[in-house]
Amino acid sequence: MSTMAAAGAAPQPGAPVTPGAERMDQPLLQTVDLVKSFGVRRGFLGRKQLLHAVDRVSLTILKGETLGLVGESGCGKSTLGLTIMLLYEPSSGTVRFEGRTLDTSNSDEMKKIRRQMQMIFQDPLASLDPRMTVEQVIKEPLDIHKIGSVADRVAAVARLIDTVGLPADSATRFPAEFSGGQQQRIGIARALALQPKLLICDEPVSSLDVSVQAQILNLLRDLQKELGLTYVFISHNIAVTGFMSRRIGVMYLGRIMEIGPSKTIVNQPRHPYTQALLSAVPEPDPDARGRKPVLKGDVPSPIERPSGCPFRTRCPLARQRCADEEPRLSELGLDHYAACHYA
Amino acid sequence: MLRYLVLRIAGLIGVLIAVSLLTFVLMHAIPGGPFDAQALLQNKMLPKEVVDVLNKKYGLDKPLAEQYLMFMINAVRLDFGYSFMSQTRTVTQIIAQQWPYSIQLGLLTLAFSMVVGMGLGLGGAIMQGKWLDHLGTGVAVFCMVLPSFVFAVLLQYIFAVRLHWFPAGGWGAPQYWVLPVLANSLGPILVLQRFSKSSMVDAMRANYVRTARAKGLSERRVMLGHVLKNALTPVITVGGPLAASLIVGSFFIERQFQIPGIGYYWVNAIQNRDYPMIMASTLIWTALISFTFLLTDLAYALIDPRVTFVKEN
Amino acid sequence: MSAVTTTVAVPMRRRVSTLSVYWNRLRRNRAAMIALGFIVFELLMAIFAPLVAPYDPIKGNYAEAWQFPSRQHLMGTDDLGRDVFSRIIYGARVSYGIAIISQIVLVMVGLPIGAIAGLRGGKLDYILMRVIDVLSSLPMIMIYILLLIVIGAGFGNMILAMALTGWIGIARLVRGQVLSLKQTDYVRAARAMGGDTRHIIGTHLFRNSLTPVIVAMALGVPTAMFAEAGLSFFGLGIPPPEPSWGQMIGLYQAYIQTYWYLTVFPAIVLAVTMFAWVALGEGLQKAMDPSIRI
Repeated sequence: MSTMAAAGAAPQPGAPVTPGAERMDQPLLQTVDLVKSFGVRRGFLGRKQLLHAVDRVSLTILKGETLGLVGESGCGKSTLGLTIMLLYEPSSGTVRFEGRTLDTSNSDEMKKIRRQMQMIFQDPLASLDPRMTVEQVIKEPLDIHKIGSVADRVAAVARLIDTVGLPADSATRFPAEFSGGQQQRIGIARALALQPKLLICDEPVSSLDVSVQAQILNLLRDLQKELGLTYVFISHNIAVTGFMSRRIGVMYLGRIMEIGPSKTIVNQPRHPYTQALLSAVPEPDPDARGRKPVLKGDVPSPIERPSGCPFRTRCPLARQRCADEEPRLSELGLDHYAACHYA
Repeated sequence: MLRYLVLRIAGLIGVLIAVSLLTFVLMHAIPGGPFDAQALLQNKMLPKEVVDVLNKKYGLDKPLAEQYLMFMINAVRLDFGYSFMSQTRTVTQIIAQQWPYSIQLGLLTLAFSMVVGMGLGLGGAIMQGKWLDHLGTGVAVFCMVLPSFVFAVLLQYIFAVRLHWFPAGGWGAPQYWVLPVLANSLGPILVLQRFSKSSMVDAMRANYVRTARAKGLSERRVMLGHVLKNALTPVITVGGPLAASLIVGSFFIERQFQIPGIGYYWVNAIQNRDYPMIMASTLIWTALISFTFLLTDLAYALIDPRVTFVKEN
Repeated sequence: MSAVTTTVAVPMRRRVSTLSVYWNRLRRNRAAMIALGFIVFELLMAIFAPLVAPYDPIKGNYAEAWQFPSRQHLMGTDDLGRDVFSRIIYGARVSYGIAIISQIVLVMVGLPIGAIAGLRGGKLDYILMRVIDVLSSLPMIMIYILLLIVIGAGFGNMILAMALTGWIGIARLVRGQVLSLKQTDYVRAARAMGGDTRHIIGTHLFRNSLTPVIVAMALGVPTAMFAEAGLSFFGLGIPPPEPSWGQMIGLYQAYIQTYWYLTVFPAIVLAVTMFAWVALGEGLQKAMDPSIRI
């Protein structure tokens, strides 16, 4: 069990509460040893094997913060987001929202929880039903939960359209008629319709042009301030994640390798994987370029994960202990943890 | 591969059992037993005692579940008992003797349809817009709108009655084959022509064909080596079930041309409530079709290297 | 308010519905339009048969039997003195009625089954697929004949028989659609919002899988017509005296050499009708597929 929950921010369940530790620092969502695996069989004669997309992840997300999740493709960050949302049923482990463990089999409870957690998707056009108008798209969550009268809902949609900065006549048009940035705004408006507390942003700007990315990111930040939202920001771009997040978690093959305040992660990374990731970011200033730690090899297949530390096959610091013993997240500083024997 | 085969065969057995149950239930849902039907056909009323004796002789007075079980146990040994309609022949004998007619008709139809259908389809794809293509489309339209039985009547009238070129019915020497095969081929030609043409067109447009041509291969090698092989693969998926349905006999054609195949016999059996005959034919029918599906899948998997059996949980 | 507002000037457009887009595309297909006109014409004739048909299709006038086509009897009369033209008009009722109603019924049965199987997945889906496998191993004709002999022939029973065998195709089609739609982000988003299966089917699946279902229905009509005609031809379908095109062809095939009009006219009408439906079906398929450029 991770020692994440300590670190002076969130109280351990059952532990004495330090005064002043509430305010903004209440855990909104916690995952405990969350696992999500898929069964895969290769070929006619293959054995059934397990693909651990998310491998024992324990996180605490505090109210009002933005937690960033970075990693390369296939590291499991999107799967983690979907599992937190309980769009994937966890293979094991639990998700706790505002202290209460969520029971996926209780459909009434799940429906109520859905109003608190919403998601924005990577491909904005794909996340909108091409045959529904913008108004129908944004109104859908209100219809599902039967909130207010039809007139109330239409009015709410108009307000949301305005809030995200879309032109007022958008309501009767189809998503395909809009630009990528505007489509993402539609997605954001829809996500906000139920006034959720938590918003999971799964690579929300990865498919947009750079100039548009800035607009959307600023929109998200403004909305967070205005509405008191909590974000989980998933991305493969560490610079963008650093900009948006208060804390960053670095994932590799389904496990968290390092997690801590974003300034620390970006400027003083301790885990060799984080260091390699950051060094891969191109540095425009030729004088500031130093020697980069070289990442050897390719990402191993998630079906055949290396024993011990999953990163050891590419790690410059790897030694025998790394193969024998899986490193746990250990505290390196205030709220800063890394899973490495030699960090 | 082995695991897949085993699973499929198990599935096939399951299907057979389910089908036999279904047929059994349906059969016995028809009011009246075989002897009532027979009696009605001859406009005679059999006295009840006679009917009872006959029923007892054939085991029809036993409870249904027992009848079913007896039947299935014997079926495995391919012993289906005697047909109610014939005093001398067992069901197995009838099927064995009549089925060859259907098989002959089916195979001839298959061969003819493949030559005509695929010839028109592939040729039409290669020579798009030219006369062969238009001919193919015309033939397809013809096959689509003219029902086989109407075509049969037409053929019989023109070629048998008027021109006396071919006999109007029956089966025997090759001249008996022409008209039934023609009439039976309408559906298969349509299917084969459209399918082979569209899959040929797709194969011709593929990127790897452009590459082959760019490499400088002669048109002939491109066609034979690359295009044909890939165009023909999907045709197998269609051809397999088509062959199966042809071999089990075509009721319409057999009836119209008075060909004593199992399609013809099967309908007779139903009308006469000949239970063993019905059950046996249905089971064999189903077994054949399921087995052909299995073969088709395997053939496809063998030919197309992209096909794997990855299952996600 | 947000820091950056997009104020791109976009001209106000009247909302164009998807249906009108499809219709416009169909309109450009001349063959389909002619077919559609013909079908509408036939439908009207069928619906208003009592008003349009010059004679009673069932009660004949023996004195006027075996007459060749003339001014009084456009298509001649049959052995019982019944007007062939009137019988063909009433026959349209049978053919259209059975074909169209059976398609509607089998979609009403097959669509929800396929949708639920695809959405729920798991055991329900597995069982359903096995059932479908079993049922599709049996040739359709076989089932028709079996059923018709069990429950008897006739208009309603034929619809029942076709619906009982035909729902499988639609269920498979819809299930395939659902399986691919399930992977889309917008269905995931709908679940994220708390939408249950019923909502997803009604709101998303319905409008997105309608197209192939409609095309399947349009192409299913001529197939059903063919089946009904074939069965009636062999005496296993609609029993006389009620007229059906297939039945008429079958009854009088012996007279093709002499009283040719008794078989030729129903055969022509049947062929042309099937052709029209196929042309319409293919036109619909092209019109509703946005990847095909018209």
